[in-house]
Amino acid sequence: MSQNINSQRNFNSMRKSLNTLGSSVSAIILALIICGVLLLVTGKDPFAAYGKILETGLTSDKFLEMLKRATPLIFSAIAVAIGFKMNLFNIGVEGQYLFAALIAAEMGTHVSLPRPLHILFILVVAMISGAAWASVAAFLKIVRGINEVISTIMLNYIALSFIQWLFETFFRDNSDGGLNVKTTKIAPSGRMPDLVHDRLNGMFIIALLVAFLYWIVVFRSRFGFQLRASGLNPIAARTAGIPANRMILIALMLSGAVAGLVAMSAVIGDVYGYGPSAIATQFGFAGISVALLGRNHPLGIIGAAMLFGFLDSTSAELQLSGIPSSIVKVIQAIIVLVVVIVNEASSRRYNRRTAERAALALKSLDI
Amino acid sequence: MQAGSKKSSQTLSAGSANVVELANISKSFPGVIANRDISLQVARATIHAIVGENGAGKSTLMKILYGLHQPDSGTILVNGVLTQFKSPSEAMDAGIGMVHQHFMLADNLTVLENIILGSEPTKFGVLSLGDARKHVKDLATSIGVEIDLDLPISELGVGQRQRVEILKVLFRGAEILVLDEPTAVLVPQEVDELFANLRKLVANGTTILFISHKLDEVLAISDAITVIRQGSTVATVSPKSVDRLKLAELMVGSDLPSHGKRATKVGEKVQLAARNLTVIAKDRKNPIQDISFEVFESEIVGIAGVDGNGQFELCEALLGLVASQGTIEIGGSDVSDLSIRERLDQGLAYIPFDRHREGLMLAASLWENALLGHEASLSRGPMIDLISAKNSCREIIERFGVMTPNELVPAFVLSGGNQQKLVVGRNLATAPKVLIAAHPTRGIDVGAQAAVWEEIRRSRDAGMSVLLVSADLEEVLGLSDRILVMFDGEISAEIDPKSATPQILGKYMTGTQ
Repeated sequence: MSQNINSQRNFNSMRKSLNTLGSSVSAIILALIICGVLLLVTGKDPFAAYGKILETGLTSDKFLEMLKRATPLIFSAIAVAIGFKMNLFNIGVEGQYLFAALIAAEMGTHVSLPRPLHILFILVVAMISGAAWASVAAFLKIVRGINEVISTIMLNYIALSFIQWLFETFFRDNSDGGLNVKTTKIAPSGRMPDLVHDRLNGMFIIALLVAFLYWIVVFRSRFGFQLRASGLNPIAARTAGIPANRMILIALMLSGAVAGLVAMSAVIGDVYGYGPSAIATQFGFAGISVALLGRNHPLGIIGAAMLFGFLDSTSAELQLSGIPSSIVKVIQAIIVLVVVIVNEASSRRYNRRTAERAALALKSLDI
Repeated sequence: MQAGSKKSSQTLSAGSANVVELANISKSFPGVIANRDISLQVARATIHAIVGENGAGKSTLMKILYGLHQPDSGTILVNGVLTQFKSPSEAMDAGIGMVHQHFMLADNLTVLENIILGSEPTKFGVLSLGDARKHVKDLATSIGVEIDLDLPISELGVGQRQRVEILKVLFRGAEILVLDEPTAVLVPQEVDELFANLRKLVANGTTILFISHKLDEVLAISDAITVIRQGSTVATVSPKSVDRLKLAELMVGSDLPSHGKRATKVGEKVQLAARNLTVIAKDRKNPIQDISFEVFESEIVGIAGVDGNGQFELCEALLGLVASQGTIEIGGSDVSDLSIRERLDQGLAYIPFDRHREGLMLAASLWENALLGHEASLSRGPMIDLISAKNSCREIIERFGVMTPNELVPAFVLSGGNQQKLVVGRNLATAPKVLIAAHPTRGIDVGAQAAVWEEIRRSRDAGMSVLLVSADLEEVLGLSDRILVMFDGEISAEIDPKSATPQILGKYMTGTQ
């Protein structure tokens, strides 16, 4: 009997994973078809475009670039997913990671520590900064009941201006007469070692580690259970004694802490500092797409980040061969739209099938 | 409106002896057969009751008649005409109106505005309230309803709101009225008023389908009674030829559960106490005002009252979900300043009013639902102990007879009764000192109800104190060692269940005494 239950259990969870994977893959295929039609309408050959994407994407160079581009997306998507698990929409990853990038880059120049500690120090500062910025939205929600979607969006704008001011007023390195628009370079002891020289740095490993920790904490720990319960039914969670406000604060700060790591592969891996044009923006918003595509599951997020990284890595070559590189962004956007629709449809179907199977199982047990 | 009356006069002209005839109706939902080969004839200008346990298929049948569901097989004849309703509006056009258990009225609109909402009479595109007012007045008078058409709904009581719903349906030209559990929300006096109105309606030629599981009421009001059990019609009987017991037997298919007298004694120690408990509301009357009571060890204290007289706020205050003034003691120690979790840790357990809203995570598995609130005891360090959590859920499933293939299925696949057993089981499994049980058997079938009552009694005999909040008088009278009646935020009476009757309780519950 217990073996029966165990095999049933594996069967159940496998069925669910397959269902999830299936719906995501079919969404991607559907998105490619829609994009193909769009290309055709605009007078481009979709087969040539997709051929080019595959051709350029499947070289070993591009494989590393895919991983590199996936790294910040993994952090960003996990930051978003932590919020999603509690039905909190942290749209503020963008502001959180840029704020964290500046503070961590600056603080990193003020300490002298041996290598692993120096790196660790910068990462911890980044996480604290991201969490601190996110906590503003958490306080507004707890104390004043302000919807976090609105406050985090607004805090993005505040962050951008605040960072600009901080950078120009305090942190800009003026040693070479204003030509350098960056912070002081971080000492070699604070730089993340490369995995493959100049192609991929150690932040990729940390991203995988964070994804694993996300899984452990959210899906296996007591805190994670309380987090998910608060998302699944906030009133029931509160009635069961799970403190709602504390969960909001912790969830948003945890989300902000992971968001703080988004730009670290650039800050301590490439740029060795912060500069307004040296640190790429928009990862916060891309992370929302990746989290949706990856269905808030760590493996899904890693896969989705790779897919987005892969598509991004081909955009330069597409431009060179006369296909507008923005087609990559269009594909990504359509994938996300289709995924949201397909997921909804497939989860309804899954729910219905689950109910049917349960009823059948009951009948066969005859209890 | 003009269109509505034309329609109804057409349907009238097609008249036959039976205004509604359902033949061999079957309807199944995934994995569940809700209706099986149901046949039903309703004579014109009669009150026809449809009785059955919760989940017997009454509501599904009525939804089929009202066009909300389409039958898998079978035929529907309305006024002798074969019909197939694809939507409620088609049913309404054919003169069928439904009054739902949960009212669908706009609180901030007046009675008149609510009645005409959705079928507003216009002249040259402009709302013409004058004609409507007269028409509604006539309707109201003809069934003996006295109501101020210009009062906002928010100022009306439950009984009056129900009358507005009925008028609304009549205004749209309904000749056949379906009432889904109309007395569930009413106190005995209000029920009498409703029945007087319904009798006048029938005298005017309206046909009423009356869904209920309250046997006394059904026997009092109806001209014919159809009993449904497990999706099939068991019998159609005349109220003159059956008594309550016979009807119950038809409905349940076996004997009624007995309300066995208790063998153990009420303890000496006060386990739950509220002293001068008040919940302050800013813009309205305080929902509870200066409430004091004690519950002893091994005692069930019933809180009787019509929903909305402060019971909900009382439970929330005791649990710590809302701020309150006064003191609350659990097991002799003051918990007024403690958090919800800390109160639960003191030995408090809570079966909430609404299992879907406050009790369950429907999308999560049963074992996760059983874990909710007990994370601390089912963890190893910071991690959930999956094996213990699942084992503990299996124990609940076994002990409380939750019908489910296993503990891994999501909660939404269970029927309401089994969901409730899981919620009850989750709260009783840890042997709490004090249980607050709010409507512990609302909306579940008789079998599940008996099981839940039995478990509550057994835990009480083992020393647990219970505060039982219920609008179901049978439940309050059958379980309680003492009954407190709540009216308008205060405790209006303390009654010994042995000497209480529904009439006495009803008086206190409506504040007429």
